[in-house]
Amino acid sequence: MTNLTKTTSTTSPDDSNAPLIPLPPTAARATALAGSAIALAGTFLAWTWSEEFPGNLTVTGYPGGLQTLTLTVALLTLLFTLSGYGIKGLRWLTPGGTNSPVRLLALATLGTTGFTMGAISVVLGGLVNLEPGAWISGTGALIATIGAFALPHDAHGEQPPTGLWERIRHTLKAPAPGTPQKLPGWAEILVITGVFAAGLALFAYGIDIEYPELFIGFLIAVGFAFAALGKAGLLRRLSQLAGTHRKVAMIAALVAAICFPFTQTNDQYALIGAQVLIFATVALGLNVVVGLAGLLDLGYVAFLGVGAYTAALVSGTASSAFDVKFPFWAAALAGAAASLIFGVIIGAPTLRLRGDYLAIVTLGFGEIFRITVLNLNGVTGPDITNGSNGVTNVPDLNILGFDLGIQHDFLGFSLTRSSNYFLLMLLFTVIVVLVFRRSAESRIGRAWVAIREDETAATAMGINAFRLKLLAFALGAALAGFAGSVQAHLGYSVTPEQYQFAGSVAPNSAFLLAAVILGGMGTIAGPLIGAALLYLIPAKLAFMQDYQLVLFGLALILLMRFRPEGLIADRRKKLEFHEHEQQTTPDAPPPGSTTGVAKAGA
Amino acid sequence: MNTMTTTTATTTAVLDASGVTMRFGGLTAVRNVDLTVNAGEIVGLIGPNGAGKTTFFNCLTGLYIPTEGKVSYKGTVLPPKPHLVTQAGIARTFQNIRLFSNMTVLENVLVGRHTRTKEGLFSALLRGPGFKKAEQASHARAMELLEFTGLAHKAKHLARNLPYGEQRKLEIARALASDPGLLLLDEPTAGMNPQETRAAEELVFAIRDMGIAVLVIEHDMRFIFNLSDRVACLVQGEKLVEGTPQVVQADERVVAAYLGTPFEGAPGAEEAAEVQAAEDHAAEDHAAEDQTTEDDADAPSTTRTNRTEGDTP
Repeated sequence: MTNLTKTTSTTSPDDSNAPLIPLPPTAARATALAGSAIALAGTFLAWTWSEEFPGNLTVTGYPGGLQTLTLTVALLTLLFTLSGYGIKGLRWLTPGGTNSPVRLLALATLGTTGFTMGAISVVLGGLVNLEPGAWISGTGALIATIGAFALPHDAHGEQPPTGLWERIRHTLKAPAPGTPQKLPGWAEILVITGVFAAGLALFAYGIDIEYPELFIGFLIAVGFAFAALGKAGLLRRLSQLAGTHRKVAMIAALVAAICFPFTQTNDQYALIGAQVLIFATVALGLNVVVGLAGLLDLGYVAFLGVGAYTAALVSGTASSAFDVKFPFWAAALAGAAASLIFGVIIGAPTLRLRGDYLAIVTLGFGEIFRITVLNLNGVTGPDITNGSNGVTNVPDLNILGFDLGIQHDFLGFSLTRSSNYFLLMLLFTVIVVLVFRRSAESRIGRAWVAIREDETAATAMGINAFRLKLLAFALGAALAGFAGSVQAHLGYSVTPEQYQFAGSVAPNSAFLLAAVILGGMGTIAGPLIGAALLYLIPAKLAFMQDYQLVLFGLALILLMRFRPEGLIADRRKKLEFHEHEQQTTPDAPPPGSTTGVAKAGA
Repeated sequence: MNTMTTTTATTTAVLDASGVTMRFGGLTAVRNVDLTVNAGEIVGLIGPNGAGKTTFFNCLTGLYIPTEGKVSYKGTVLPPKPHLVTQAGIARTFQNIRLFSNMTVLENVLVGRHTRTKEGLFSALLRGPGFKKAEQASHARAMELLEFTGLAHKAKHLARNLPYGEQRKLEIARALASDPGLLLLDEPTAGMNPQETRAAEELVFAIRDMGIAVLVIEHDMRFIFNLSDRVACLVQGEKLVEGTPQVVQADERVVAAYLGTPFEGAPGAEEAAEVQAAEDHAAEDHAAEDQTTEDDADAPSTTRTNRTEGDTP
């Protein structure tokens, strides 16, 4: 079967079930192995002659910049290919698919290497600027890819696909992993810890990237690598582990987040971290409204604005209309309370609407907030918010004698201003995560989901739909207001332009909604990851500022086409995925009508 | 209307709907319908398609606000708000299944517990001992109901993945979770095969034995005449006749409403007469069966499969 030559017009089922590139499996595996080894070796040679290309790729024997990415993915390709040989210590790498991860990783190698070669040629002007090392890695990556696509399919017994695109998709299909071998408890906890440490390292690496070429390469490598880990079944294993040790996983995540500022020496990058966290927290608040209760709110950023304005006005700054200075805890509560009241005022009339109407009205209210704040400038209205100048010079916080505005040194680590705010914001994030989780897993959360699923049936079950929707709306608003109180201090000033429906600065209504949908509705990790991606990508790729919204729209369309449940699927969506598995599990008693009779009569 | 009140005076009326009228613009979907359901009773509501049965149900449960008339539950007049009606003690199922399809089977039933639990948002956030206790009690009650309907082994499945018959059962379990005094079933056996229908019949009897009165809409005549203590027939929004299954079955107007009346001297009048005779005969058989139904209703734990053969005692 493997010796069949590939023809463009595939008609026989045997032929279309054969790998894309006809090679015997052993030869294919050897090719992939050799290719990834060559690509790996190439990264230790110089790729270009000039240090003009960022990252210094001129040194032999010491990979730098984009070379390290190729090195990493080539190494992963090598390991996963070896795992395909069934080598004892490596078999755990591929509990699900064996060959499709190799294909994806080979593509990652090819992608990063190819992108680097292209970038060098463009930046320095021509292919002549490539040194042999780049050609060696490039050729190796190509060989590895050819070998990988000649490996047999992971998915068997399915309808043979027709058409090239369908066939490529078919080659990437992988079976779900079987039941895992039970590890001792400490080992599982160790795995979780290791994974979160790796996650932190990855995040810190991504934030610290200084030039856009490396960031694009990073995105290519990470995107393909994660897809490969998913196909290999490792991600599912991991979520199972995190599910059994939920507390451990959450603490590990928290510790990893606390460690983040200690990995940062540059205040600029710590600032990005703090802003990502604000964005993520607000996105999680929106997830209560959208993900749980199913209310499409297109004006959510207004609540962040209300919180920020409230905190700024009571911060004691000279530009505030009120000459008061609240302690921070009071300011945060005031921000949350103001948002809550605003949420109830907006929600009470609008939540009687359903679906599209609600979206339109919230969109309108979001804009009304911005325009109102703009008009409270002393000319077109009473002077409260200074109009377009905003409330400026918001002082730094001082909590219990700890001045968040200056650098502190601890045990050889130095915490910059942004790091201080990052840690403060982290506390808020933890609170929001707890609120989200606890409300979701309660009578109230179930009622929200029921309303989302079928409002008529929910009311017929005794749920006061209007009241619960208002509760979700108000809770979401309060959480956003809470986050806003930190944002006011972190950013020194609060202006109406920060709270638009769509714009280039991340926490705006469109991006918030996108973060929730991209990450996965109804989950905790989803909006956090979605927000991190949506903040980092525009922040790191400043050159595409002008096309940002176009690219962003394109990305959303592609995501909805290929992974509509978002990056992190929620528990229910996961069950949807397992639909066929559930139906094949033999039910212990046959679910015949007799069961009901016997038990009903008893 | 007056005759109704006199009958209800003797036994306790769970549901008392009087003079319920529902108009949609110029269309009167339900016209001046009176209906009572007494404690421990199973009442059937029949009628051809479009007779206004479901509209009447929606008036009872507050989904529609009746144009005229009032509905009272155990003596108190119900406000026309669905969640308040459920809180008062009337639960319902829907003609076209309306489960929360992306929630698990257990969660569906837990949602049904909503009105019988009090824990609010703050209690959920603080997770005190009271919250945990209430949550455990809800789980226990929900599992009990799943056990009762025979769905316990599928508690963790998504509702959408259940086969049709089990979805119907789950809807009933979810409705029962609100500890109702009256259960309204809207075509509980639509689309079921004969075995499933028989199982549903058992289930309804068991529910009645739990002390819950049942009002059921159904098109399956065998099912409804087996099941009901009383049957009301709705035609074009008006109550045509109400009484024991035998009375309703024998009523010419009911037959006419379903089949139409043959006009005088129509060709094939002879055949029609033959059919009529056959039907009369069948009706007698049915009446005999219903006799057994009533006997059986007292001892619902006996299996009913042999009874459908039509043996008269």
